[in-house]
Order: sequence, then C-alpha cells, then structure tokens
Amino acid sequence: MNGPNITWYLGVAGFLFGVGALGVLLRRNPLIVLLSLEIMLNGANLALITFSRHLDNGDGQIFALAVMAVAASEVVVGLGMVVALNRKRVPLDVDRLSSLRG
Amino acid sequence: MIVASVGNVLVWAVWILAAFACLGSGVAVVSFSNPFYSALALIGNLGSLAVLYLLLSAEFVAAAQVLVYAGAVMVMFLFVIAYVDPRLESPWAGGPGWQAIGAVLAAAALLVEIIVVIGLNAGGSLAHSHDVGGSFGSPSYIGRLFLTDHLLAFEITSIVLLVAAIGGVILGSHSRRSEAGVEPL
Repeated sequence: MNGPNITWYLGVAGFLFGVGALGVLLRRNPLIVLLSLEIMLNGANLALITFSRHLDNGDGQIFALAVMAVAASEVVVGLGMVVALNRKRVPLDVDRLSSLRG
Repeated sequence: MIVASVGNVLVWAVWILAAFACLGSGVAVVSFSNPFYSALALIGNLGSLAVLYLLLSAEFVAAAQVLVYAGAVMVMFLFVIAYVDPRLESPWAGGPGWQAIGAVLAAAALLVEIIVVIGLNAGGSLAHSHDVGGSFGSPSYIGRLFLTDHLLAFEITSIVLLVAAIGGVILGSHSRRSEAGVEPL
C-alpha cells in the first residue's frame, strides 16, 4: 500500500472510539452524549473500512453504510426525545432523567 | 522512482493532516462546554474522516459520509441545539469526583486494550495489504454488492429508517398533545 500501513488507521480508529467513550461516560448534557456516540460509531466505521481495504473485500464498506443508517435513526429518535423533554421543561441532564428507574 | 516517492510523501502528508484534524476535533467535541461548538467540531471530525476514507479508496462511503453525516445529520443537530438553548457546563462539572475519575479510567482501559491488540498483530496478519482494483469502492461496485450479496441488509436498513421516522413523528406529536391539556399516551 502506498503511504501509511493500516495499523496507523486502526490506531486512529481506536483513539476515536476511546475519546467517544470518554464523552459518553463523562458528559451530562444528552446532546453532547449523542455527539460522542457519533464519534464512537465513526471510529468503528473507520476500522471497518480499513479492514475492507486490507482484505480487498467490499463487505466492510456495506457494513459501514448500514452503521451510518443506524446512526441517522439513532439521532432522529435521540433528538426527538431531547425536544420532547425540553417541551416538558425537564432539565437536560442525564443524571436527573431518572423517572424510569426501577 | 522519484515520482513514486513524491507520491508516497504526499499520501503521508495528507494522512497526517487528516488524522490529526480527526483526533483534535474528536477531543474538542468532548471538551467544549458549549454544545454548539461541539457540534461544529464534529463536522470537522466527519470531514477529516471522509479524507481518510478516500485514502482507503472508499470513494462512495466518503461521499455518503459528507452528504449524510456532515450535511443532513449535523444540520438537524444544529437546529435542535439552537431550539433547546442548552446551558453551558464544563466537562468536569456536576456529580461526584469519583464518577469523573471512573469515566477517565474506563475510557483509558478501552483505549489501552485496543492499542495492545493492534500492536500484537502489527507484524503478522496486518503487515501486508492486498492490492485492490481500480473500481474498488466506486458507486457501481457498492451498488452491485448491495443489490446482490447484501440485498437483505439493504431492505432491513430501509425498514430501520422507516421505523425511526415514525418514531420521530410520534415523539414530536406526543408532546404537542400533552401541551394542549390532553392526557399523553
């Protein structure tokens, strides 16, 4: 392959996944939690496309496109919930959204 | 020979630029206190990821990434952030300190695991990539895969998108009804 070896791409993908996980665990604003989830999904997508190129097999790219569709669906539902919470004047804080707790 | 090495240096330069833009904007998304800036940083992240996809000869996925993610999804994000007018919060604010420490430790453990697994395989199966043909990753290549080998995945994806659209409509109309004084579902 011309240019960097695929281990470099995998390192970037792993770092993106770790940063996204940190955001999901650390932040309290549901909007930023959703943004961090997008980063995690994109890290996984980069790994899928890297292996697709490495193995000369298009299945990884198909999987990445399916992940993109699932991510778009997740954003629609998540943002719909954020807007619904905002209309009910519920504070946007994942620690205080505990009304479903058993 | 000289042309090949110049091309190699160019690929490396583009890769380094895109990778550092990707990592920097990823850290920025997590560390900004204003969600609006986080969303703008995520657009940069998605754009630089599209450059990495192009380097991996995945042209169609790169175009879809820019159109679907950096275009449609992020515009929706920015609209909602402007609509709910969120308060600013520092990344470390709220909750006991042990939660933040636990979050950092868990994320660091994940990262170390990934790096170790990659490092263990770096000299073996990851060392040499296959050569790909010129049409690899082009729209016709992806389209042929979608309509032959992966037809079921294609159809299920459309059902997932339909269900998400219906869910979005139900979530929106639910809160409008409860605002008018009618009991919610």
